[in-house]
Amino acid sequence: MWELLTQPMEFPFMQHALAAAIISSVVCALLSCWLVLMGWSLMGEAVAHSILPGIVLAQIFGLPMALGAFVFGMLAVLLIGGISGGSTLKHDTSIGVVFTSLFALGLVLISRTPSETHLTHILFGNVLGISQQDLLQTAGLGLATVAVLLALRRSFVLLAFDKVHAHTIGISSGALSILLLALLALTTVTSLQTLGILLVVAMLVVPGATALLLCRRFGQMLAVAATSAAISALIGVYASYWLDISTGGSIVLAQSGQFALAYLFAPVKGMIPRLRQRRQRPASDRVSPTRPIDTLLDVKDPI
Amino acid sequence: MSPDALPGPARTHTAPPAVVVDRLSAGYPGVRALDEVSITVDSGSICALLGANGSGKSTLFKALLGLHRPTAGTVRLFGHEPSTARRRNQVSYVPQHDQVDTSFPVSVEQVVMMGRYGHMGFTRRARPADQQACDQALEEVGLSELRRRGIGELSGGQRKRAFLARAIAQQAPLMLLDEPFAGVDRGSEELISTVLRRLRDASGTTVLISTHHLAGVEDLADEVVLLHQRVLAAGRPTEVLTEEQIGRSFGAVLRETG
Repeated sequence: MWELLTQPMEFPFMQHALAAAIISSVVCALLSCWLVLMGWSLMGEAVAHSILPGIVLAQIFGLPMALGAFVFGMLAVLLIGGISGGSTLKHDTSIGVVFTSLFALGLVLISRTPSETHLTHILFGNVLGISQQDLLQTAGLGLATVAVLLALRRSFVLLAFDKVHAHTIGISSGALSILLLALLALTTVTSLQTLGILLVVAMLVVPGATALLLCRRFGQMLAVAATSAAISALIGVYASYWLDISTGGSIVLAQSGQFALAYLFAPVKGMIPRLRQRRQRPASDRVSPTRPIDTLLDVKDPI
Repeated sequence: MSPDALPGPARTHTAPPAVVVDRLSAGYPGVRALDEVSITVDSGSICALLGANGSGKSTLFKALLGLHRPTAGTVRLFGHEPSTARRRNQVSYVPQHDQVDTSFPVSVEQVVMMGRYGHMGFTRRARPADQQACDQALEEVGLSELRRRGIGELSGGQRKRAFLARAIAQQAPLMLLDEPFAGVDRGSEELISTVLRRLRDASGTTVLISTHHLAGVEDLADEVVLLHQRVLAAGRPTEVLTEEQIGRSFGAVLRETG
């Protein structure tokens, strides 16, 4: 039994894979707690897809991949904000337009680049091929991201909860939003090698969603999301070794399984507890018998 | 103007008015929400902004908070631009019911503590003074027992009191309240009125209430402004809030809007 756990770790590539998987999924999981509360789940997807041309261009010009990816991630964020702010289009529409366009640009660039760019590695990750240097970069960027997230966690919670109050007390919600999106871009880049563009989206949404179902306080959410992600990384890496299946896919499936369990059995918000005890909530406050000026004036249409 | 020429207590000319709105016009494409509105609210008074839905109350509040850019006119809070007043932590705001996400995973106490963020450093870590202000505010609105509850686990009136507590904890000299009596039980309504009076009397807070309920403000407000795109009437409640005055003021509105 013990050998099931120790034998894979005799290989350095498996050690690297496990460490990288745990680090990047935990960083993503922490970030996902804010993303689900901000209503930004799709922004993760948008940023992840938009960095493809950045990666290709970085390789063409011999620059660090993370730099190109980060620049294009931020470009996507600014374009999305600019388009939905400067037109009558809805936010999800501009997200859809921007990330698919940038992703397509990436595909075109790859087709003209005779390179070592392995499209499948970018799309699906290559966690088993992570070098020690990659691992150090993942750890460094991850640590920096977590440090900023935790230092500013109260401000980010306020941003998600009540932008008007933030504005009223002189906190710039615009600057905070950009910072959070920059962290999102950075995290996406960090996790790219583990999971690839297509699956990093899952890590940026699922743990936060699971935690929101299970928790009543934001601090608990962070702990639950991080734990769930770390467990998923363990399960995913070992399952992929012993069953010879996709590592990224296994990690995400492990997360999805936990989400399904939370969705069904979470103590208060789960489906089964909700069905079982549909108790009547105590009667809510009675509306005061005041005399609204509307009735006096017979003005019906609200703003 | 020479202050010596003015009768009344000396303090009338020591501080600038809390709110000065000067010929403010604002609107949205195709809609004129405010038309040359001028309002002055004295420091340390309770002023009710009374108007029907669509009268421009919300737009005026947004202009005061700097959330809406007017097309003409100026807003001054304690003699400053709204942005300066906000940075100096001089404005607090109690939102309407429907502006709050009730499923958000925060406790009542955490919400009230958010009122202190303007006093805190970079990481918004609470110091003893912040905890004390938070405790007092919770006590004042009668929510000390419920401080560990989730914000979504409160009744409408309790939730309104929680956001009032956040504004109290902020200790800003100007407090804006958006429909504080809408969807609130009788007990909470009385408590809110009592708290607002105490804030005015004990700490000289200026209170500006936006409402379409006459009953909540008749006895509470020192001053009432009847708004419908323009200022229709302004003055003491006894002068402004007569059936005749309201009928005359809003009769025109009714004919206008059909």
